[in-house]
Amino acid sequence: MRKPHVAEPTAVRWGVMAVALVFLILFLVVPLAAVFTEAFRKGVGVYLAALREPDALAAIRLTLLTAVITVPLNLVFGVVAAWAIAKFEFPGKQLLITLIDLPFSVSPVVAGLIYVLLFGRQGWFGPWLTAHHIKMVFAVPGIVLATMFVTCPFVARELIPLMQAQGTDDEEAARVLGASGWQIFWRVTLPNITWGLLYGVILCNARAMGEFGAVSVVSGHIRGQTNTIPLHVEILYNEYHAAAAFAVASLLALLALITLAAKTVVERKARQSLKGFVHEY
Amino acid sequence: MSAIRGRRHRVIPGFGLTLGVTLLYLSLIVLIPLSATFLKASTAGWSACWHTVTEPRALASYRLSFGAAFIGAAVNAIMGLVVAWVLVRYQFPGRRIIDALVDLPFALPTAVAGITLTTVLSVHGWIGRYLEPLGITAAFSPLGVVIALIFIGLPFVVRTVQPVLQALDPELEEAAASLGAGRWQTFARVIIPELWPALLTGFALAFARAIGEYGSVVFISGNMPMRTEITPLLIITKLEQYDYAGATAIGVFMLLVSFALLLVINLLQWWSGKRHA
Repeated sequence: MRKPHVAEPTAVRWGVMAVALVFLILFLVVPLAAVFTEAFRKGVGVYLAALREPDALAAIRLTLLTAVITVPLNLVFGVVAAWAIAKFEFPGKQLLITLIDLPFSVSPVVAGLIYVLLFGRQGWFGPWLTAHHIKMVFAVPGIVLATMFVTCPFVARELIPLMQAQGTDDEEAARVLGASGWQIFWRVTLPNITWGLLYGVILCNARAMGEFGAVSVVSGHIRGQTNTIPLHVEILYNEYHAAAAFAVASLLALLALITLAAKTVVERKARQSLKGFVHEY
Repeated sequence: MSAIRGRRHRVIPGFGLTLGVTLLYLSLIVLIPLSATFLKASTAGWSACWHTVTEPRALASYRLSFGAAFIGAAVNAIMGLVVAWVLVRYQFPGRRIIDALVDLPFALPTAVAGITLTTVLSVHGWIGRYLEPLGITAAFSPLGVVIALIFIGLPFVVRTVQPVLQALDPELEEAAASLGAGRWQTFARVIIPELWPALLTGFALAFARAIGEYGSVVFISGNMPMRTEITPLLIITKLEQYDYAGATAIGVFMLLVSFALLLVINLLQWWSGKRHA
């Protein structure tokens, strides 16, 4: 407990707490409750029908496919980038970290646009792709690429500070004892970064499945073919099928809740393992 | 000396491989596509680009996007500080659940946030029905855009201020109190100056995110050209009209703004890192 002379008067404390809670209820709790209420407004039958409809199933399949391709690639990228940045000293390191963060500061719409300008009919590779009958934009490859762009920093930015904090002593010791690079990674580094890695993957996956702006630009909105779950939600909503739109949206809201829960658990585990880490030395 | 240091670090294998793969992946996914966009804009000619970037409809969209992003980030700077304060300093039931919930805007897909906020704020919605008798229209107005941007920017300030507040040395406040400062004086003269870099960083992060935001805004804004059309939507409109040059020009303008903000944010983080090192 804080000493009385460095704590606020009780009335002020209650006031500040009330302001914060009302703000959070209005901006976070009400919208979250609204998603599920609207989803079930017309009953469980309508809810289930909206999820079983062929276009919805196709959207779910495409979203899963996109995540299955992008998340592992960005996982490998994140580990490799963090290894290079955290375990070695080289000039331009800070610039490299900034470049890895770059996709976070680019508007999702612009992220989609740059792939249209590369692979679209008017784009740099457009004529060549058309001549070879390859469709990138308004097709699945474009969706995957745009999602990769948007989600590529997630794993790396979780791992870089963690691995920098852990230093290189363990790896150097293992090396001196004759371990190969591969052995060092699997036996020494990976056990130390498991929770951070998991956290990065969870965030990366949530964004990969929920990305809207970038995917919207490159998708072309072809029903049953290039619609992901968020795009399917948009179409249903714009066609005034509000209950169906919220039913499908509730899947994504559920994914968000699972992400938050996983994040809380992983953060606690990471803190424990870091404490153990500090304790050991 | 540095050569010895360098060699010592190279005891661990894999430097060439990992750095090579990192640079290759980053180039293929991020750097080459971004450079191609700038190249595309330059082939269209800079004067044509300038014309598109400064046409009245584009200027109106910047006013809305930048103005709403600024107001949203400012509200978040104040409310984010209040929320971070409550989460760090006070004990109450449900604190950890609320702490976890603060990240909801990061985790909830923007399209879901968009349709939900629109429904809640529309005339018959849970909140909109109480605003309507007051003569406030939230949905399909600039106010709706601001509300959506407050939602998506909410975690940035909380998550940048929270750790700094946690690490704040209690002795500072005790010293101020023992020297006769009131609680408010201590807050304004001792605590706020310590939090200032984190607050500014959070503000800049929320602002940068809000400028480019699309999904959560596009449903609630109403999308009327000159009035409630945000800049990212203008890019999409131009693409749908096959005006690739126009979309590129505005896209490049937004990229330049993003880069400038990224630079500012890096400087702010360097500043706050130096103060709390």
